[in-house]
Amino acid sequence: MSNLLEVNDVSKKYGSYTALDNVSLQIPKGSIFGLLGPNGAGKTSLIRIINQITYPDRGTVLFDGKPLNPEHIARIGYLPEERGLYKSMKVGEQALYLARLKGLSSGEARERLRYWFDRLEIGDWWNKKIQELSKGMAQKIQFVVTVLHRPSLLIFDEPFSGFDPINANLIKDEILHLRDQGATVIFSTHRMESVEELCDDIALINKSKKLLEGRLVDIKKQYRSNTFEVGLDVPDRTAIRAEIAQKFRVADASFKSLSDEVKLRIHLPDDHAPNDLLAYLVNLGVVTHFVEVIPSVNDIFIRTVKDSDDE
Amino acid sequence: MMNKLPLIIKREYLAKVRNRSFIVMTILSPLLFVGMAALVFFLTKANNDDVKVIAVLNEGQFFEDSFRNTAALSYVSFEGMPLEIAKDSARHEAYYGLLYIPDGADIEQVTGNVEFFCRESPGIGILSAMEGVISNKIREVKLRDFGVPDQVMRELGSGYRINVENFSGEKKLRGINEIKAIIGGAFGYLIMMFIIIYGAFVMRSVIEEKTSRIIEVIISSVKPFQLMLGKIIGTSLAGITQFLIWTVSAGVLGMILAGVLGISTDELGPHTVSPEAAEAVNGMSDGIRENLQPYIAELLKISWGWLLFSFIVYFVLGYLIYSSIYAAIGAAVDNETDTQQFMFPVITPLMLAIYVGFFSVFNNPHGPIAVAFSLFPLTSPIVMLMRLPGGIGEGGVPVWQFITSVVLLVATFLFIVWIAARIYRVGILMYGKKPGYKEIYRWLRYS
Repeated sequence: MSNLLEVNDVSKKYGSYTALDNVSLQIPKGSIFGLLGPNGAGKTSLIRIINQITYPDRGTVLFDGKPLNPEHIARIGYLPEERGLYKSMKVGEQALYLARLKGLSSGEARERLRYWFDRLEIGDWWNKKIQELSKGMAQKIQFVVTVLHRPSLLIFDEPFSGFDPINANLIKDEILHLRDQGATVIFSTHRMESVEELCDDIALINKSKKLLEGRLVDIKKQYRSNTFEVGLDVPDRTAIRAEIAQKFRVADASFKSLSDEVKLRIHLPDDHAPNDLLAYLVNLGVVTHFVEVIPSVNDIFIRTVKDSDDE
Repeated sequence: MMNKLPLIIKREYLAKVRNRSFIVMTILSPLLFVGMAALVFFLTKANNDDVKVIAVLNEGQFFEDSFRNTAALSYVSFEGMPLEIAKDSARHEAYYGLLYIPDGADIEQVTGNVEFFCRESPGIGILSAMEGVISNKIREVKLRDFGVPDQVMRELGSGYRINVENFSGEKKLRGINEIKAIIGGAFGYLIMMFIIIYGAFVMRSVIEEKTSRIIEVIISSVKPFQLMLGKIIGTSLAGITQFLIWTVSAGVLGMILAGVLGISTDELGPHTVSPEAAEAVNGMSDGIRENLQPYIAELLKISWGWLLFSFIVYFVLGYLIYSSIYAAIGAAVDNETDTQQFMFPVITPLMLAIYVGFFSVFNNPHGPIAVAFSLFPLTSPIVMLMRLPGGIGEGGVPVWQFITSVVLLVATFLFIVWIAARIYRVGILMYGKKPGYKEIYRWLRYS
């Protein structure tokens, strides 16, 4: 079984509002899975179902091949978007309490807390109250209690919102580290730049429906448009530009370069290979730049959401 | 899963007990309470110590020495003075007032013209004291006019009380119902106070979890129902702890205070109380002791074990019903100011129970109103407890009423907790909304 989590045709309604409409997902073991979608798309509803906070109206969720049951709760670590800690409780006590609610024994929890507090350099906070800590410090604690019970599935809902850049980086590294140790991570966000960096697989949800799912590279391939950015060093730029524009669909491009060349974005028809274009360009002048335009997750996201909204 | 409940209870208990304002309240309340009691005691005493002086200008023959001094009233005779001068001197001497009894041919004419002059409108107690003296005199004079001998008149003066027995011939004591209702009322009042104080604690604690946004972290580990239950149990254990501390410390403080006051009255005693008065007091207390004996016996006959058992049943069920409503309210709102619209319907039955209890159950513990309110589950924990000291079965609460009341209470408990848990489950994840009743009704139907 290569999928840790399988969501099959899950639907969920709140009164007359449909939060999820026949959503299916396959989340491979040991991957970082990006669950993308605009606000209100249904991400949090899906995550709450996986956490057994709510239950689907229809459909099933399999965890490690078995239907979700209460024992799985101890194998999931969840960092919700709306998160916080008891303000007047001491750091150590609070972390112990939350760890024990996840089924750890007191001794085990203490030992692991010591490890994590050392690792994140927060050792001397044990007896401080949360309200005495800065926001960044509280966020570290929040992260620790999420991962403390070594869950095989980690769910981060907008993990970087509210984190300062230093902590965000720290947490990013820790997430990668946990993935390398074998954890599966679901990473829900509408911030695309972090998805590019972290995710192996993504799914896109909009208006309660899944629009897109698969390996990030595959999706990018699917969305490539045979477009290239080129730089061409020639004496008469206007004439050359006009000549190329007669043969291909072109747009002006901008990228950093040392010489003052023609910068174009050229869209090739489907029956043209990149080499044909390159051969053609080489005849015209000195090619200083030749790069395929890879769609960013952001582009894909915006295009897919727009297309589905237009329907 | 269920082993998480003790963890939650422990956290809620410790969070409550360690709370600074909780500690302050626990320590200060008995001091305040005993202090208030002492203050009231001293104020009442000071108030009673203030003897009112009333001048009496008696011009006729009927009221020569009818006005005798009492603890609160002292009469000064202005006999022979003209009315205007008497008024002046009464005002100058700062007497409470001047009672003017003119001369007349017969008692009716005299009493018809009696007047009382005073600075301010007189206290009702003082007026009725004087009226009592005058109406006694009228009776006496009239009876004498009819030729009733003195001996008969004295006998007429003796009071009369009906002997009350139940049908099986047992002697019943008048007023015992009121005393029993007061005992029950104390239990009922205790339940109400407990619900209002600690129900609000439950509510605040739910709101705190919502505003600090820890709630979703917690319920990804435990069922919302477990959390709600743990919160209610933990908070009530903290409440019981506080109540125990209050009871014990108020008891100790009260005893100390009573000791101090006891010594001080002894010191005052010999100097101020005349020997005859002391004797009278002794005689009286003998009488009281004699009269009290059957009451004490009757009170001892109340099956306290049974009463305590019912108290626990009604307390636990009543508290659980109300505190789960409080928890649901806390879950539905984002901050405490939004709770107002929901609080009124919660407080109303409690208040109704207490007032109905005090005004209706005291007079008629088994009347239709008392029965209705002791069956209705939202008021029965308080009202039934006021009726129960009368016993169960003959002469007390009929068995069917007791059973019906408990069954209704249990059914309501299950129903309300089910409803509250559903509201709670949805509400704790709703942020930034101020739901109305309609919205909450919709939550009930979410799966």
